[in-house]
Amino acid sequence: MNMIEAINSAMDVALERDRAVTIFGQDVGYFGGVFRATDGLQKKYGASRVFDAPITEGGIVAVAVGMGAYGKRPVVEIQFADYIYPAADQLISEAARMRYRTGGEWWSPITVRSPYGGGIYGGQTHSQSPEGIFTHVAGLKTVIPSNPYDAKGLLLAAIEDDDPVLFFEPKRLYNGPFDGHHDRPVRPWAKHPASEVPEGHYIVPLGKAAVAREGTAVTVLAYGTMVHVALAAAEDSGIDAEILDLRTLVPLDLEAIKASVQKTGRCVVIHEATRTCGFGAELAALVQEHCFFELEAPVERVTGWDTPYPHAFEWEYFPGPKRLAEAMRRTIEI
Amino acid sequence: MTYPRNDHGIHVPMPNARPGDSADFSHHAIPPAGSVPMPPVDVAPADIHGHAFTLIRVLDEDGNAVGPWNPGLSVETLRQGLRSMMLTRAYDARMVRVQRQGKTSFYMKCTGEEAVAVAAAMALDRGDMCFPTYRQQGLLVARDWPLVDMMNQVYSNSRDRLKGRQMPVFYSSREAGFFSISGNLGTQYSQSVGWAMGAAADGDPRIAAAWIGEGATAEGDFHHALTFASVYQAPVILNIVNNQWAISSFSGIAGGERTTFAARGLAFGIPALRADGNDFLAVHAVTSWAAQRARQGLGPTLIELFTYRAEGHSTSDDPSKYRPGSEAQAWPLGDPIERLKTHLINLGAWSQAEHDDLAKALDDEVRAAGKESESYGTLSGGDRPAPSTMFDDVYKDMPAHLVAQRSQAGL
Repeated sequence: MNMIEAINSAMDVALERDRAVTIFGQDVGYFGGVFRATDGLQKKYGASRVFDAPITEGGIVAVAVGMGAYGKRPVVEIQFADYIYPAADQLISEAARMRYRTGGEWWSPITVRSPYGGGIYGGQTHSQSPEGIFTHVAGLKTVIPSNPYDAKGLLLAAIEDDDPVLFFEPKRLYNGPFDGHHDRPVRPWAKHPASEVPEGHYIVPLGKAAVAREGTAVTVLAYGTMVHVALAAAEDSGIDAEILDLRTLVPLDLEAIKASVQKTGRCVVIHEATRTCGFGAELAALVQEHCFFELEAPVERVTGWDTPYPHAFEWEYFPGPKRLAEAMRRTIEI
Repeated sequence: MTYPRNDHGIHVPMPNARPGDSADFSHHAIPPAGSVPMPPVDVAPADIHGHAFTLIRVLDEDGNAVGPWNPGLSVETLRQGLRSMMLTRAYDARMVRVQRQGKTSFYMKCTGEEAVAVAAAMALDRGDMCFPTYRQQGLLVARDWPLVDMMNQVYSNSRDRLKGRQMPVFYSSREAGFFSISGNLGTQYSQSVGWAMGAAADGDPRIAAAWIGEGATAEGDFHHALTFASVYQAPVILNIVNNQWAISSFSGIAGGERTTFAARGLAFGIPALRADGNDFLAVHAVTSWAAQRARQGLGPTLIELFTYRAEGHSTSDDPSKYRPGSEAQAWPLGDPIERLKTHLINLGAWSQAEHDDLAKALDDEVRAAGKESESYGTLSGGDRPAPSTMFDDVYKDMPAHLVAQRSQAGL
């Protein structure tokens, strides 16, 4: 399966297993979503469980919060992560705090799926990576898969989770493992080991990172699309990097990060989102706090620039394998 | 009608009267009680557009119940309603006193608006879910929720089920069908529609009801709620409590000069009623009508409850700075408790002496509850929730970083 099919399969399994699972969002019903993630689900489960929503992100999340309070398990789609901001109040002030402010009396078992990141010449409104805004919010969980197997298992874990989960899908990875070189043809997932996705139910637990590549020279902390950029950077540069796929940012697998950095003594953090106050800052601070005496070099950050996502200059904006390799080399040469 | 423009060419609405002026409500047209027809619940919304611009009233100026909207409630129900409204007022009065004594940080009364919540609670089923604002404490009182529990929340004391996390009066009771209150206005409005959609999908006969202030109808969530309720015909009652004031901003600042708040439902194809919010019988009648529609699968109803916030927005507000002190007395639709009392007396089912005795008994009840609650602590002294509980309930299971932070805090 490719990643879209894996995500579709996760929702199919969830709808099949639990009557409370309800899916809605813009264009997700009859049409099956602009990226086809919900293809066929309305036909299979009926329009009262999989349906199109009005174009109001704030309303979609608010209604999900209310349905969750009733006892449903809503899975909603925000068509592009860039459009999640109109729903920010319902996510930050409502869903994130429902359990806390009611002393555990009510909670928001909602999953908000959204394609994120650049690579389709979407400009400022179809390319952003807003995860850092939401990882800052107590009460939300943030999940970002990097391959089809994880995408299905993590999405099922997110749907079954009783806390509100933001599930950001790297749209660049929907059809194949992006290798960071925009001038090369995209290979389909078909030949990739992670495309071996079981049909039925399984979960990949939230809060557990994966080692995407074992190595000894430097640890690269990555998630989503950047896992593939990191793999390409290691291959291109010949640097024996250990690449950690974080999979979930909250909860974070700090133990896996510590184990890797304590082994390599070096760390580079990479994400596509803008740098200042991005999630990379949190990662760098954690590594400094927990691995200071094992570190041989300062922690480097390779990120998108602190500009809005430019339309014509995607590849200058984007942190590709070349920039990552340079950072790894600087770190190693100290 | 034209409106004055200021020096910059825009029109900034101003109320008719400011401090020092005489109260002036002459711009409000108040039709006679009993003059608005009651349509069948399956009426086409387009056929009752007029109901969004008039005022459904049952109790007339003499305290008699007249016209087609008279719900014909039993004397026992009327007495019960009067009692709940009086208890709500007595509770408010005491809690403001304890706020002035420094035992809590903040309080909000609903004086003059007791009928809005109490009559609605009595017209709904006990299992229906309410999504209130902070001025519908009467819902909890009318559902016989313990005053001690409410006070514990106001005091953030050791028995506060919300563990000292919420502002005073931001109650929550799943058992009483009272949804958690948010400080961000209007958020509950669209959530109520989601709850109602969930119930409808399950074939659950319960419905949802939500309340929003007229000022907060400017929030996006108001429009999200109306869109979803209309599109999916959710079994929900969407109430707008038009109490004329949003802190110091009069209803004109929320768009009240141009049309009624009820009229906002019309563009969504939602039947809209405008009712006298100080008339227990009118509020009961319109709520019952809307609840029947919802339960019969006929979809949502929007109700504007026309009322007046007789006191300040909260204990942090000084209304004498922005409106005439006499305004509450001049409100043309009177006081909901006085009006229901007169009605019961007219029916020969109540007397001033009984009223005085009840008021005294309710004061005693509130005082006793207050004493008990204060024995569990107040914000300024006595027992409090354990500070270590501050880290609970952020997530269902405490993640490692919060375990570490709790230990760092020495808790």
